[in-house]
Order: sequence, then structure tokens, then C-alpha cells
Amino acid sequence: MKILVPTKRVPSTDERVRIRPDGSGIEDAGLAYMINPFDAIALEEALHIREQRGSDVEVIAVGIGNADFESELRTALAMGADRALRVDFDGSLDSWSVAQVLAAVVQREKPNLVLMGKQAVDDDANQAGQMLAGVLDWPQATFASKIEFVEPARLSVARETDRGLETILIQLPAVITTDLRLNEPRYASLPALMKAKKRPIERISCQDLGVSPEPKVRLVRLEQVTIDRTCERVADAAELVHKLRYEAKVI
Amino acid sequence: MTMLVIAEHDGTKVRSGVYSALTVARDLAKNSGDNVELLVLGSGLDSVAADAARFAHVIVADHSLLTNPTADRYARIIADVAKARDAVSIIANSTTFAKDILPRAAALLSAAMAGDVTGYSFANGELLLRRPMYAGAAMAVVTLAGRPRVITVRASAFPTAEPLDQPGERTVWSVDASNLPNHSEYVGVESRPTSRPELTEARVVVSGGRPFRTSEEFENYVGRLADALNGAAGCTRALVDAGIAPNEWQVGQTGKVVAPQLYVALGISGAVQHLAGMKNSRVVVAVNSDPEAPMFSIATYGLVGDVRQIVPELIRELGK
Repeated sequence: MKILVPTKRVPSTDERVRIRPDGSGIEDAGLAYMINPFDAIALEEALHIREQRGSDVEVIAVGIGNADFESELRTALAMGADRALRVDFDGSLDSWSVAQVLAAVVQREKPNLVLMGKQAVDDDANQAGQMLAGVLDWPQATFASKIEFVEPARLSVARETDRGLETILIQLPAVITTDLRLNEPRYASLPALMKAKKRPIERISCQDLGVSPEPKVRLVRLEQVTIDRTCERVADAAELVHKLRYEAKVI
Repeated sequence: MTMLVIAEHDGTKVRSGVYSALTVARDLAKNSGDNVELLVLGSGLDSVAADAARFAHVIVADHSLLTNPTADRYARIIADVAKARDAVSIIANSTTFAKDILPRAAALLSAAMAGDVTGYSFANGELLLRRPMYAGAAMAVVTLAGRPRVITVRASAFPTAEPLDQPGERTVWSVDASNLPNHSEYVGVESRPTSRPELTEARVVVSGGRPFRTSEEFENYVGRLADALNGAAGCTRALVDAGIAPNEWQVGQTGKVVAPQLYVALGISGAVQHLAGMKNSRVVVAVNSDPEAPMFSIATYGLVGDVRQIVPELIRELGK
């Protein structure tokens, strides 16, 4: 069985993002990056499946980006991925072009399962997995919080939706996007990280894949969001209710 | 040419957030002279179709194979209808239903998509869409190339459309069952029963965080205060992780985004990811024993103290 885990390199969630004054993007000088947390969950799930089913499961992490991305891909190897693949690309991507590139990687690698995060914490789009499933005409199970094999190629997936926890059954090959509660990703140990520095990362070009990704979503500008509110401290419940009734007039 | 609005429903009537998407569709159509049509998918749709027809021309895709909203079938039909109706935009309320299905439909149409749109404007004849990024720390202004465009909107950012003077026409969409994909089998949905209003539709939301260690505690404090205010009950991610509250009550970047008239945050420190889900509420009340809690920085009113002491006092005051 082959599991493909697309990963995205995102600004570290520990840092506060600053917008460039001209609104063209975020300040990236000195910015720390990480594997998108949802993709780390996807990788953890793939590793968990391999641990359950034995060594005939191959876990491949793939990233689309320039050479800077290799440090995150090495973290994926250190966590336990069997192989890491980087599609060399330096430019802007949108969910659609990511889906195009991943579809070409799928044609090349022929995985049984694509496991990826439901959204990237930078653009919060939550589209690429669904678009990939549409392009491939594969079953999709989004926002997965539990994945179980009911047969060797049939999965029961519980999905977190606005209405509650929804369960569906899907046949492989399929695309599954992961939600927060699916698992808690392991940390790569220091020895593993050191070893991963020597592991090769396969590089392929868009040309090798036969794709030329062209985004359809164009960023015109990025604006900082500020909340215009000064907090009024109240002394007790009585004062609060009074303010809500007579000042804010909201109850 | 058409603005196609996807009408999510509960089997009986259209979900209220759809009417905010309809407001956007009508406004965009005013500019371009396009027709506005509501697309209803499902099974046994007479009641839903009648409800939808009060607001627009309705396209009805009614078939037993569409009883449950599976992305493969729904995306296929949305794409086919969009082509047949010459849709220039496909618009939906940004819910997990739309997030699951619309991107797949967009891919079938090779269409560009922008999700969670909270505003729009025109510049040089181009449509500029505003949507949040970085857990709501930034707003991105984007354009979409090609047609149709696929857009999901945050209902809380747009007013609800008024019904038409005369009900709209109903057009039956003939579902070709032999051509429908069969990629997944729907098993069922589990949710915590509640008589409270839905989080994204409620005027008042009372939300609880870490101080509440069990479902009973949550009900006794958060639940009872929500009831005293006729509001919905929400929570932070931590409570869902701990199994204290169900996932559909989570407010945040990856849960529900709410913008009620009043949001009461009980014992919630105010992590960025939670704020992303509620900072556009009109009035925010923060109750926390930690005077330095980040939640106070975005609150309208702040009360420092023990939630267990303050909540019963609030309920008493509200009863006066």
C-alpha cells in the first residue's frame, strides 16, 4: 500500500504574522516555518496505518516549493516517512494549481491513499484536497477525525461537520483530509533529525510531471486586521448586566 | 447567464444562512444583469422548493440517490447545472456542507474559488473579494480568473435577503441516475441533542473554556447562562478534545465562525485560533480569573473573577 502525504510549509504558528506595509504579502525576514499542523496530523495517521498493517505500507511525503522546503521535508523523514519528494517550484500557487500538481504526482507514484491536512493555517482555504479528488474522480472524505479499515481497501471515516459527527464508507483509492482530533503527531527525535540530514530528497520538476501550474486566484493585497475595541472593566455581575442592558443595549 | 446559489436545507426548509449568500448574488447580478437562481438538491424536496421559491427561481434536483449530501454526487450535479444554466458565479454559505462539496464542483468546472468571503468591491470592472487568512490576522483581497467563479460567503457578514413579491418559477432538473458517481456510502450523523438555537444563527452565544471539566459542569454554567439569554452554547477546542462538548459546538479558526450581537466568553484565555471564530461579534464579554488573559484585549466588557461565582450571579441579575 502506498500513502501519499502532501505537506505545506507554513509560517510557524508561534509567531505573530506581520504584513508588509505595501500589502504585497507577509514580512518573511527571520520568519520561522513549520509543516502545516494539519499535514503533520495526516503524516502521523499514515505512519499509524503503517505501524498497524506492517511493512508493506510505504509513506511518501511530498512538498511543492523551492529548496527552502527541504528542511520541513527532512522533518517528515525524521518522523518516519519512507521517502520525501519535492516538486521544484518557485512562485505563487493556489488550491487549484496545487491540485493540478498533486494529480500529476499521483499519476506518477500511484498511491492508494492521499492523506492531507484539511486546510493550511496560512491561507485557511480548505480546498486543495477536494479539488484533487475532483480532478482524479476519486472518493473524498474531508475533515476526518477517525479513520478505520473495515476491509483491506474500504475505510470508515468519521467527519467533523457543522451538524455533528458524520460517518461515511469509502473505497480506495481515495483522498482524505484530516481534522484536528484525528491524532496527535509524534515529535521527531533528535537522533532521527540528525539522520534525516543525510537522507536524499527526490527532486522533480513541473516539466517532469508535465504540468505548468498557473494560479487562478490572484492576491491583490493583504491587509492587517485590527480590532477597534477598548475593554471596559466592570466590577461585578450586577454592573455587567446593567451595561449590557442600558449601555450596549444588547439584552 | 446566471448567479447560481446553492440552497443548503434541513429537509423541510432552506437554512437561513443561504439568504445571506442570496443577498450577495442579487447584488452581483444587479451589476451584470444576470438571473439569480437557487439550486436545491436532495430527496422529497416539495417543502424545501416551496420555501426557496419565495426568494428566487428554483432549480430542483430531486432524487433518492441524493438523499444524503455526498460530495461526489452533489458536485457532479452542481457542475452540470452550472454548465446548463450558463452560471457566471456559484455562491454558497460557507458551512462544512459547502466546504466539502464546492471545491470539488469547482475542480469539475476548472473554476477558481474563494472561500469564507466577508466583503467585496469592484475596481476597473473587476470583482475584488475579501477573505480572512492567517487565522483572521489578515484580510486578503483577491480576484478570480475565468468563469464560473465559485464563492462561499460568511453569512454573518451579509444581511438576509427579502422574499420576492411573487414566488419564483420552479424548474425540475432531471437527474440521470446512471451517470451519477457512487464513491461513498453515507452511514449516519451523530450530534448532541439540544433545543438551543444553532451557533451560527444565534443572536447570543455563551462560550466556555477550560474551567469546565465535565459535561455536567459545562451544562450547569455555560448551558444555564445560554438559556437565561436564549442563546446558543459554544466552546473552545480544548473541551471538544477532552470529550466534554461535541465538535459542532466548537468556535474557532477550524470550527464555527460566529458573529452574534453578544458573545460571552467564560474562562476562555483567547488564543488566536479561538478569536478567529468570534472577534467580529458586536459585543464581547470576557469573564476570566486571569486579568492578563488575551481575551480582554478584544472584549467590550471585562470581568475578572471566578466563573463559578460570577455565572450564578449573572443568571440572578438577568432574572431581575
